[in-house]
Amino acid sequence: MLAFILRRLAQSLIVMLVVAFIAFALFTFVGDPLAAMLGQDTTPEERERLRSALGLDRNFLAQFWIFLSNAVQGDFGISYRLVRPVDELILERLPATLELSMTAGLLALLIGIPLGVYTGLNRDSWLSRVFLTVSLIGVSLPTFLIGILLILVFSVWLSWLPSFGRGDVVAFGWWTTGFLTPSGLKALILPSITLCLFQLTLIMRLVRAEMLEVLRTDYIKFARARGLKNRSINFAHALKNTLVPVITITGLQLGSIIAFAIITETVFQWPGMGLLFIQAVGFADIPVMAAYLCLVAFVFVTINLIVDLLYYFVDPRLRADKGTAGGH
Amino acid sequence: MRTNQAPLLEVKNLRVEFPTRRGTLVAVDDVSFSIAPGEVLGVVGESGAGKSLTGAAIIGLLEPPGRVAGGEIRLEGERIDRLPYEQMRRVRGKKIGAIFQDPLTSLNPLFTIGRQLTETILTHIDLSQTQARDRAIELLMEVGIPAADKRIDHYPHQFSGGMRQRVVIALALAANPKLIVADEPTTALDVSIQAQIIALLKKLCRDHGTAVMLVTHDMGVIAETADRVAVMYAGRIAEIGPVREVVKNPRHPYTVGLMGSIPTIGHDAERLTQIDGSMPRLTAIPRGCAFNPRCPHVAERCRTERPDLIDTGATEAACWRHADIRAAAAAE
Repeated sequence: MLAFILRRLAQSLIVMLVVAFIAFALFTFVGDPLAAMLGQDTTPEERERLRSALGLDRNFLAQFWIFLSNAVQGDFGISYRLVRPVDELILERLPATLELSMTAGLLALLIGIPLGVYTGLNRDSWLSRVFLTVSLIGVSLPTFLIGILLILVFSVWLSWLPSFGRGDVVAFGWWTTGFLTPSGLKALILPSITLCLFQLTLIMRLVRAEMLEVLRTDYIKFARARGLKNRSINFAHALKNTLVPVITITGLQLGSIIAFAIITETVFQWPGMGLLFIQAVGFADIPVMAAYLCLVAFVFVTINLIVDLLYYFVDPRLRADKGTAGGH
Repeated sequence: MRTNQAPLLEVKNLRVEFPTRRGTLVAVDDVSFSIAPGEVLGVVGESGAGKSLTGAAIIGLLEPPGRVAGGEIRLEGERIDRLPYEQMRRVRGKKIGAIFQDPLTSLNPLFTIGRQLTETILTHIDLSQTQARDRAIELLMEVGIPAADKRIDHYPHQFSGGMRQRVVIALALAANPKLIVADEPTTALDVSIQAQIIALLKKLCRDHGTAVMLVTHDMGVIAETADRVAVMYAGRIAEIGPVREVVKNPRHPYTVGLMGSIPTIGHDAERLTQIDGSMPRLTAIPRGCAFNPRCPHVAERCRTERPDLIDTGATEAACWRHADIRAAAAAE
């Protein structure tokens, strides 16, 4: 178990290192940062002084090392556009994105899994067919279109829900939450539906396919032959056996919900990291982009680590405690 | 072993059909037999003869679109072929246990065998959790799992194939059923383990007074284990009777062929006999006796008229010419 975790951690570290390198390399692609920071009428001497003050005169590896050691402490420098420390900006935006993506992720799981089980168990019912047909729309419609349609219907025509922003937020230290105010909750509805729809249909179809697969297995047949109750067969025996692939996909999807909330955040002007990133791209605000890249990589690596650990708990066959397997 | 007791299981004119786009396939046709309490009935036949489907029909787990289209199945006098799902569920495990072919896939890989055992026990018997666990350990000891009190918390993958089949047997016996339908219980096992498992099954059923319907294509297993045997061919019973009679003095030409194809030690047959041709497909069962195209004794009547089981004295055989076949065998 410990060796397994250590091995995974080492792999994660390597991934992070590579991503950090790519993020750092971004700086060198967009020309001399001094050009962006200094005016036209600075003297060459002043330039040189600033260059050495910022460490830009050192060689590439030394600069990478400085970037790395700062990044580990959460210091990604100063945003070109907003002229504020990047870590501050990100921390400010992080709660909005996390709240939105967690809500969307939970919705996707809490609705997707039961629907998947239902459609798997009642393969031929008309309701299952309806769900499957609707889910096809969910999979194939692009996110921005769903967002805009929702805004059109619920904000413009019906004026039930706000079309942009996060509503009023309550602050706990640096964390701000929209969960505690009515306007915050109202503002959360449309973006979280938009963001979860694709994942929801994906999870539903995945669970359905896995259920159909598992229900055909011998151990389910044997469980029926032992007269076990249907509830136990479907939800304990069958559902648990579908979990390994579902956890894999859900983990990856949760990562992408957080990382790629960009589109939803743009459509709804949600003040999260995605919006920060898209604005940074427009302005070539490299420190923000680099920090975002590292953060997204960190999220993926962490989720994958958790997923690997979950396998371990779900599937006893992976707990390879050798020596207990008996002979005849 | 005919007993005067009321039969435990009675199957009458059972018919299992599979509706397909190109018409209905009759996989089990007009099959009748009974099993007395504590009796072991062997069911043999080639693959596709309908023996497994007969077993599946009895435990009520025919896979759709297969369905019981006619006849009746009675357990202790009560019909069980028309029971609604929930009522039939209470019969399964409690009154009829089942053992399937492959022990490697019969157990849920994600649960300990203890959990699978106690769950089965608690479903059918009113016991506390600890009592159920004690019973589970007892069952495991009974099927010969060493250190049962420790092994109970292990997962299926920690057991070998033979040990897993022992666990499966313990599961089938968990609620003390009156009948066990064992569908090829040893086919997937090593030859050396097969004999152990069969001996165990036989011993346990004798101890518990459990009747067994033993479905297999292994005539050796039947000869060793069964009291009576039913030989199936193309969805029908060709011959049924006490195992000794069927093995020694078969009446039906198909049984004769089947017995001739088994090698025996000490009997110097130059060659094993084989039955020419193969069993007809369900879509092309010939008119008259289904065996007539392969039968060495075929007569005109066999091609037109289908024989039902005819009492031949010791066994019942579905053959018009059973008397002639008997006489021919006696003359040899």
